[in-house]
Amino acid sequence: MTDRPVLSVDHVSYAFGKKKALDDVSFAVGRGQCTMLLGPNGAGKSTLFALITRLFDAPAGTIRLNGYDVKKKTGKALAGLGVVFQQPTLDLDLSVMQNLRYHAALHGMSRKQTRVRIREELERQGMFERRREQVRQLNGGHRRRVEIARALLHQPTLLLLDEPTVGLDVPSRQAIVRHVHELCSTDRIAVLWATHLIDEIDETDHLIILHRGVVRADGVVAEIKQRSGATTIDEVFHRFTREGMAA
Amino acid sequence: MRLLHYLRAMRGIVVRELWRFLRQRERFIAALVRPLVWLFVFAAGFRSTLGLAIMPPYETYILYEVYIAPGLVGMIQLFNGMQSSLSMVYDREMGSMRTLLVSPLPRWFLLTCKLLAGTAVSVLQAYTFLSIAWFYGIEAPWEGYLWLLPALIVSGLMLGALGMLLSSFIKQLENFAGVMNFVIFPMFFMSTALYPLWKIKESSEWLYLLAQYNPFSQAVELIRFALYGQFNQYAFLYTCGSLVVFLLLAIIGYNPSKGMMKRKGRG
Repeated sequence: MTDRPVLSVDHVSYAFGKKKALDDVSFAVGRGQCTMLLGPNGAGKSTLFALITRLFDAPAGTIRLNGYDVKKKTGKALAGLGVVFQQPTLDLDLSVMQNLRYHAALHGMSRKQTRVRIREELERQGMFERRREQVRQLNGGHRRRVEIARALLHQPTLLLLDEPTVGLDVPSRQAIVRHVHELCSTDRIAVLWATHLIDEIDETDHLIILHRGVVRADGVVAEIKQRSGATTIDEVFHRFTREGMAA
Repeated sequence: MRLLHYLRAMRGIVVRELWRFLRQRERFIAALVRPLVWLFVFAAGFRSTLGLAIMPPYETYILYEVYIAPGLVGMIQLFNGMQSSLSMVYDREMGSMRTLLVSPLPRWFLLTCKLLAGTAVSVLQAYTFLSIAWFYGIEAPWEGYLWLLPALIVSGLMLGALGMLLSSFIKQLENFAGVMNFVIFPMFFMSTALYPLWKIKESSEWLYLLAQYNPFSQAVELIRFALYGQFNQYAFLYTCGSLVVFLLLAIIGYNPSKGMMKRKGRG
């Protein structure tokens, strides 16, 4: 990887009181790379996401987005970031368009740019015809699509997805997995996707296994499998998280 | 370019709050019913029992309804400030607050815009209430309604900042009921909204002191004087000072490394 990483996390630690949530976590995500952050519940995925989005600060270590330290150059760092949170964050009382316009305003987009980008992203998600509907009237899968469209509106270089498929039916989940992988290959967006669902991971993905706040594995899925002598991702996951427990 | 970004974001946040307000008709009606009940029922009942001497800004004897009207405008703003803070706690629990906080603008600016948005809503509510009160016979000089606008902005910002400060302390939505008991009601009752200071002094010295230093009292007095085309400098400075203190504390409360957000981020 010759390019500068879009996201670099260097020696980040974080604790809630005496309980360590992240312990010396380091990894990088490059352009066009789909990185799956795999870990059981309580592994520290959400804490890591909160630090990357600067919901709170890491006392130790550095997080850089497009080369900007999120603590020191917050504005510039966050400008290139699109996020789909685990919890739904759309305003249910507003229409799809109003929700997207609000996001565009927060990113300082002009009216024309907003109009064009909303159309492009909603069309890509097959949601343009439903733009005037109140979000409350949409089902879970459609709301997620709108959230992905919103996260991409300002053309970020890094897309963060925090377990975006939780609670969705199989076709909706598959559609999102497919779409995000396409974004990596066609738009060259860097993706960091937190999940605990193994079937969402592709053989060509970059995989990070996080367990009890520690990175247990980091590399392309096929390489990790070869290195660990496992034949499936499921086996890889159990091997690394079991070892972690013994450690 | 950067300035344009700030302006667009500010417009976006204010417009979103107004959209939400217009969509939530129940909220609009509830915000009006509360002060109207006080005006039509409480004030009408007390009219005969409470005698009010001539005092600034009034130049003649006034009915109790006339006295209480600016206090009820203050009440609208107090409840609106708390409602905004409630929605911030709700947004934080539901996650939509994160959408705002991850946008590439300084947190102090985003919180100030949120405050402006809440104030815009409270100004709309206040004028609607005053127009109903006008039909009821509570009439202020026409220029008073113009002078009222800047006063409402200052008082609305101050009470909104107080709500925002409280929201940075409240961990869960359930804890919000405590705010009603420990903030809204004491602030409202220990103020000049319902009785003038001299009347309070007659009954209790310490209550008089509490009412005098209650920022809500000063906000109400600012509104009262403005409505009659007069400027109450002390009330203005006191309200502005309170606004600065509450806003600074709220910004610290929402600071990712210093404030309450840090403790609330678990999970």
